[in-house]
Amino acid sequence: MWDWGYANSILPKLLEVIPTTLASAILGFILACLLGLPIALARRSSKKWIAWPVAAFSEFIRSTPLLIQLFVLVFVFPQSFNITLSPFLAGVIGLGLHYSTYLSEVYRSGIDSVPRGQWEASIALNFNKLRTWLRIVLPQSIPPTIPVMGNYLIVMFKETPTLSAITVVELLMTAKVIGSASFKYVEAFTLVGIIFLVLSYPSSLLVRALERRMKRNERRGIA
Amino acid sequence: MSQNIQTFTSDEPIVRYKNITKSFGEHTVLKELDLDILPGEKVALIGPSGSGKTTIARLLMTLESPTSGTIEVDGEMLWHMHKRGRLISANEKHLHRVRSKIGMVFQHFNLFPHMTILRNVTEALIHVLKIPKAEANHRALEILERVGLRDHTNHYPSQLSGGQKQRVAIARALVMQPRIMLFDEVTSALDPELVGEVLDVIKAIASEGDMTMILITHEMDFARDVADRIIFTDGGVIVEQGTPAELFENPKSARLQSFLSRFMKGQPDRSADDRVAAGTE
Amino acid sequence: MDWLSLDLLPPLLKGLKITLLLTVISIVVAFCFALLAGLGRLSRFAIVRAIMSTYVEIFRGTSLLIQLFWIYFALPMLLDVRLSAMTAAVIALGLNYGAYGSEVVRSSILAVPKGQIEASTALNMTPYQRMRRVIFPQAWVMMLPGFGNLQIELLKGTSLVYLITLADVTYQGMTLRSFDISRTPAILAWLLILYFIASYTLTLIVRLSERKVVKGRG
Repeated sequence: MWDWGYANSILPKLLEVIPTTLASAILGFILACLLGLPIALARRSSKKWIAWPVAAFSEFIRSTPLLIQLFVLVFVFPQSFNITLSPFLAGVIGLGLHYSTYLSEVYRSGIDSVPRGQWEASIALNFNKLRTWLRIVLPQSIPPTIPVMGNYLIVMFKETPTLSAITVVELLMTAKVIGSASFKYVEAFTLVGIIFLVLSYPSSLLVRALERRMKRNERRGIA
Repeated sequence: MSQNIQTFTSDEPIVRYKNITKSFGEHTVLKELDLDILPGEKVALIGPSGSGKTTIARLLMTLESPTSGTIEVDGEMLWHMHKRGRLISANEKHLHRVRSKIGMVFQHFNLFPHMTILRNVTEALIHVLKIPKAEANHRALEILERVGLRDHTNHYPSQLSGGQKQRVAIARALVMQPRIMLFDEVTSALDPELVGEVLDVIKAIASEGDMTMILITHEMDFARDVADRIIFTDGGVIVEQGTPAELFENPKSARLQSFLSRFMKGQPDRSADDRVAAGTE
Repeated sequence: MDWLSLDLLPPLLKGLKITLLLTVISIVVAFCFALLAGLGRLSRFAIVRAIMSTYVEIFRGTSLLIQLFWIYFALPMLLDVRLSAMTAAVIALGLNYGAYGSEVVRSSILAVPKGQIEASTALNMTPYQRMRRVIFPQAWVMMLPGFGNLQIELLKGTSLVYLITLADVTYQGMTLRSFDISRTPAILAWLLILYFIASYTLTLIVRLSERKVVKGRG
């Protein structure tokens, strides 16, 4: 059944790959944040030739599995475009691109929640477009989305095991290697599950607390 | 307090609040309230918002539980029951039985948006009173006729005006034939021109029936017309009570005098009222 | 387009059938768990709330692929049973998306205005009748968009079953690829297209049913 001694012996090997796992999630998240904003802005654009293709592309990415997108990055890119990516880099790009479409929706809802009066006031004060966006709209629309963004960081962290399919040496990959060497899957996979829970549960509690606090402040702001 | 009423002395009270206190956290909304209401009596509760008058009704409807004290309905404890000689908190079964004597109409109607008008009225008849559907429909149509909404039975609540919605809500409560009806600021959420139609319906019910009615209202003329007794609450206590003539023509306490003088100058600020009510509920 | 040749399609469609079957069964299982856990987390009984919350936090706190591997590789060793890849996949997808769905159920029920509960109390409905006749029907309408999104996520999530060798569309694609590696771009393009069509069809079905439910309520 469960072998404590064995579990103890493999734990260090698993802990060793936590940094790689976290790095892929965090780098992917940063990429998603950076790509998400231009996607959100493009989809809001009044120029159809910008808005439409970006919307179609982003819907396509959102509606297809990350796994297949990762395969495209590692199998098709070297073959068709002569671009060879390391598994880790491909993982980061895949994660980042996939979730940029989700984050663009987060940005969009943040931007939409800025009251019309703010836009009208900016016009009345004769601000130019850039100033309106940078000084008025974005500073108001990004902060309320921070808890949701935090949630997506956690979601992306939990998505990192998918990267094992393109041989990124993260937690699940390591557990699989350990397990197949000894045919003792129970300890390896259970430990990986616990490590994920230990890392993600407190973070999600933190995000929920942040969310509650922002809601309270918001209500106070109205009153 | 009950010595104030001369006209109803023969009967036992149908509702008796004994030493009721209700607090929300630090905030006490009712302080050691004693109140008897006689069968068939029409009682109007008036007072500034936050004075505790809505809480008096909500405690009776079992929407809020008292912090201390007891309420009796028709000689039976509402929030407590006897078990092996000891007084314990009422369970859902006990509440269900006593609650069948009470009905309520709400400030914000609270109609069921996913049901037609007819189903709003028949739903509890069929599923709570277990009355066959045909009979329930028949009764519902009769009541809807009385409130003047016979033609709207297949509409949904969102298709009605506020006044119509409130008349449906009255029909929905009335059809259950409760012995006691609570009307909680039923015109406060209505546009001024729709208030009349709702008050007329309530007046008609009051004039024809032996139903006990507790009316929480800001409509002073209406209270004077309908009520046998007016109760003025402020700061969680009953400050003054008596017949409409006694209270409106000859208010004794300074608090009631200033409350009434504000009303003579005009209606109180409704929106401010709603905000306070929403905050405490 | 030459490289999107149609001869790849028959084996892929065979796999797509498995993917769709798995999706439908898992949606049903997930829906049951979502209702159970969503209502359970609002239960009057602390013990029920605790059990359901634990289930939800465990399945939301770890990831689908780990759950899939654990159920397929570790669970049979612990219990000494054999699970087919299909069974393991349905259990993992059902439990995982059921946990997410329970949040949709819970928040929708909590979003029904308090006045509705009060009105049904005033009409002397029992707690069960309040839920069954007044609260749930209203919450149900609010649940549909959330469920719709989760269904798309579940469909995408089925691609992971390839990693436990269930012969879904991804698996078929990767098998084709092992025959002729030079056709990888075409195979993956087909996979993306098939998944997109499936997702989009699911979206349309959800939107249609939403419109049907909302209709007639003015």
